[in-house]
Amino acid sequence: MRIVIPVEEKSMGSNVSEIFGRTPYFLIYDKENKKEEFIENTASNSRGGAGIKAAQIVVDNKGDVLLTPQCGRNATDVIKGAEIKIYKTESRSVKENIEKFNTGTLLPLDNIHSGFHGHGEK
Amino acid sequence: MKIAVLSGKGGTGKTLLSVNLASVADNAEYIDCDVEEPNGYLFFKPENIEIEKVNVKIPEVNQELCNGCRKCVDFCKYNALAYINEKLVIFDDICHSCSGCTLFCPQNALTEKEKNIGEIQRGISNGINITTGIMNTGEASGTSIIKNILKEDFNKKDITIIDSPPGSACIVMETIKDVDYCILVAEPTLFGVHNLNMVHELVNLFGKSYGVVLNKDFDGKNPAEDFCLDNNIKILGRIPFDSELGKINSEGIIAARENEKYKKIFSNILQRVIKEVEQGEAIINS
Repeated sequence: MRIVIPVEEKSMGSNVSEIFGRTPYFLIYDKENKKEEFIENTASNSRGGAGIKAAQIVVDNKGDVLLTPQCGRNATDVIKGAEIKIYKTESRSVKENIEKFNTGTLLPLDNIHSGFHGHGEK
Repeated sequence: MKIAVLSGKGGTGKTLLSVNLASVADNAEYIDCDVEEPNGYLFFKPENIEIEKVNVKIPEVNQELCNGCRKCVDFCKYNALAYINEKLVIFDDICHSCSGCTLFCPQNALTEKEKNIGEIQRGISNGINITTGIMNTGEASGTSIIKNILKEDFNKKDITIIDSPPGSACIVMETIKDVDYCILVAEPTLFGVHNLNMVHELVNLFGKSYGVVLNKDFDGKNPAEDFCLDNNIKILGRIPFDSELGKINSEGIIAARENEKYKKIFSNILQRVIKEVEQGEAIINS
């Protein structure tokens, strides 16, 4: 299973990024092999629709689940369209969230905001 | 002569100034480009209204023709398209109607459909042509409505007053692109100054001639006035902080039509602006 998390830095000691669409990097963590991979989020400096492009990157990298503090409506449509499940991160530490996910204590993200549209994300 | 009335934030007095300037001009038209919340018509109560619908073009995909090459996804600078589970998905609200995806599709899988986003109402009030742009509730961008209003040869009258949307984003840029002069309306608050600074940067970037009108002017420290003095910005005039004016305005009455005192204030501002534009033209032509 490939777990995707928006992260601030390319390290397992990093914090989870507060924003999904314009996060600088994504961590892709392979649960079975315990291997990590960091990819750049090329959507981060998009003029608009960053959430859609970031979600496309998650889909293209064959994520199975996404752990994120928040996710906009359009990005969610892309992620869910690819049958990737979204869980809400609970703290800032990447490691803690992976542990919580593995023990089944993270809850599905159901509070989808309508996007920032000109004030950040779009 | 095309004059745009701008402000960084809503509620500073753009419409108050715009409707009164158009009312004191001899041969004027008033265009409301604040398409999200047009309210100039509440003052003018225009008659003989003609309606023009505004549509934009949105791509539509034939999934059977699409081979998943993603040329459209990569082309779109606004990321209005995504390719998920071997299907192309289009986000209408994100699309800026540039037609690029449709042109680039090697499979001709994309065609365009019309989507209505609002309308333009044209009427008349006391000899003043009144144009109002109205965006449908829930739409993301009214820029296309403004393009449609301003593409017309709207300079049939001597003075065109354009009531701009608030802020300094794309929609305002579209509004001021071809105007001769920008009036920035400022209110005496720190928040107002912050937003005034943003439109100030915008008009400079566009190389526009401009000046400031201080609204809600009163005796005492006015942060907006200080900002103008610090940045060498022309102060074109002042609208007093006056409960009578506030009352007239809140009843949807045009103050300059009602009261000589206010007529004089707005006439003076208009004359000053006309002089500024003519002097500007004299410099360009010399």
